[in-house]
Amino acid sequence: MILSVDGVEFSYNSRPVLRDVRFAVNRGELFSILGNNGAGKSTLLRCLNRIIRPRAGSILIEKEDLFALTRREVARQVGYVAQRHESARVTVFDAVLLGRKPHIRWDATARDLEIVREVLAVLGMEEFSLRYLDELSGGELQKVIIARALAQEPRVLLLDEPTSNLDLKNQFEVLQIVKRAARERNIAVVVVMHDLNLALRFADKFLLLKNGAVFACGGREVMTPENIAGVYGVPVAVERMADVPVVVPL
Amino acid sequence: MRQAAVEGVPEGYLKYTGRKVFIICLILLLTALLGIYAVNAGSAELSPAQVLLTLLGRAEGRLNIIVWNIRLPRVLAAVTAGIGLSVAGCVMQNLLRNPLASPSTLGVSQGAAFGAAVAIIALGAGSVQSTSADAVIINNPCLVTCSAFAGAMATTLVVLFLAQVRGVTPEAMVLAGVALGSLFSAATIILQFFASDVQVASMVFWTFGDIGRASWRDLEIMAAVVAVSLLYFLINRWNYNALDGGEETAKGLGVDVEKVRLAGMFVASLITAVIVSFLGIIGFIGLLGPQIMRRVLGGDHRFLIPASAGMGGFLLLASDTLARTVISPVVLPVGAITSFMGAPLFLYLLTRGYGRR
Repeated sequence: MILSVDGVEFSYNSRPVLRDVRFAVNRGELFSILGNNGAGKSTLLRCLNRIIRPRAGSILIEKEDLFALTRREVARQVGYVAQRHESARVTVFDAVLLGRKPHIRWDATARDLEIVREVLAVLGMEEFSLRYLDELSGGELQKVIIARALAQEPRVLLLDEPTSNLDLKNQFEVLQIVKRAARERNIAVVVVMHDLNLALRFADKFLLLKNGAVFACGGREVMTPENIAGVYGVPVAVERMADVPVVVPL
Repeated sequence: MRQAAVEGVPEGYLKYTGRKVFIICLILLLTALLGIYAVNAGSAELSPAQVLLTLLGRAEGRLNIIVWNIRLPRVLAAVTAGIGLSVAGCVMQNLLRNPLASPSTLGVSQGAAFGAAVAIIALGAGSVQSTSADAVIINNPCLVTCSAFAGAMATTLVVLFLAQVRGVTPEAMVLAGVALGSLFSAATIILQFFASDVQVASMVFWTFGDIGRASWRDLEIMAAVVAVSLLYFLINRWNYNALDGGEETAKGLGVDVEKVRLAGMFVASLITAVIVSFLGIIGFIGLLGPQIMRRVLGGDHRFLIPASAGMGGFLLLASDTLARTVISPVVLPVGAITSFMGAPLFLYLLTRGYGRR
């Protein structure tokens, strides 16, 4: 168990957004957070990265209290892929090198450059190294941002809806990259998702969030038609097609 | 480090960063060459050999006075102020996520000029003369600078507040800057009327800048502030790069965004205040330097900050040299020359998508 969240509460101006959220993520696991719009998914993710501080509860990363660390120390433990990013006029290599920032003291060392090269090689993006970020397609840009988070060498990787705005091929590629990273680097990956079918296909664990509270949490067994209908308010059937589980709204 | 890196790193990347270093060195070299030319150029006929001898301390009296007391401080002041205004603009553009930001376009310079005028006219930190050769004598540089800084910082705080308001576009922020700038300029003019009505004409330099006013003492203060600020900006270069990726991304990379932004704007205002209180308002250098280099080198602050510094120094020195020589012996106000270059660039940026392309 690398990430454990216990009794986290958060409110925006006395309007409760998260209520007594608790769950745990193991190493090598792809953990998906699902829920209706406004359920508090992104807020939860921002708490996990300490961008915002919950009103109550604890978040531990391998028994270390997230809120006892400095911002820089958090950045060495937790990588974060935001929903929106701006594409500045920098090359792919420089953009990924930025992921080394929490580790860099004065300037990037040979080791930092080496790590960046490796990450780009693993993602098959070596030939993009010197392309400018603002000339990339949406899918390519998303991969660069994930590469940056991997170069950060975090123990916990957080992604906020990484597949929205991507076409089918890129959705699969991005989630495959993330899943492989979880396995090979033995890190915990937490992904906020909207697409239930993609979640069923790639995630190991599921957290169903409804109006700021945990509705259900666990493995594939929690993805029942009853739970899904309970969260989204839409009756669904969960079937298998070509040996792939799919959610069909009725 | 470079040697060790070669194995694991794509050669192309080293070549690419090497090119940037080369361009920065080239700008510095050009600035140095222009500096030598600028010490030469002027109404007193000097030859490069004479200048060199003088700088080495082997010349007779008249040359010594011209080179050491007039030309050299002027050249160095132009370079120092150019560096300062340009890096201030570079960092403001990053911190406010606004490519049109610079000390003069946001009204920070005008705020500083008003602050300095208050210190000189109302607080008695200097005396106003009726000759245009040296319109204002600053007796208490510390008070003038502090007062200028208060004016600059007041503008900066308004700008920072606007930046926090959701949905303020870069254009709207510049419009606010224009309003603030006009307000402070108007206040400065009113103050000048209280000074004495015959002296108003000689105070023009506040609005268009005059580098010839810098004494060695002024130069020392400016150089110290600019050097320390430049070092501070360089230390923060990775923070600025992270901010270019968006605020959330920067926070995710461990950057204390609010602190970095406030401290950076504070330092940029300080630079502006010091330069304006000694030289008056010199417009557009803070926009020109970084925007030219952004186009040439891209947005990586490891290179952009030193490159903007060099380019700013070069541009202001070139402008001042042109101002002195174009209809010599008449010296044009340098701010007029920089505005002639800056305003078209500003319009270009507005019409041709100033966004990060």
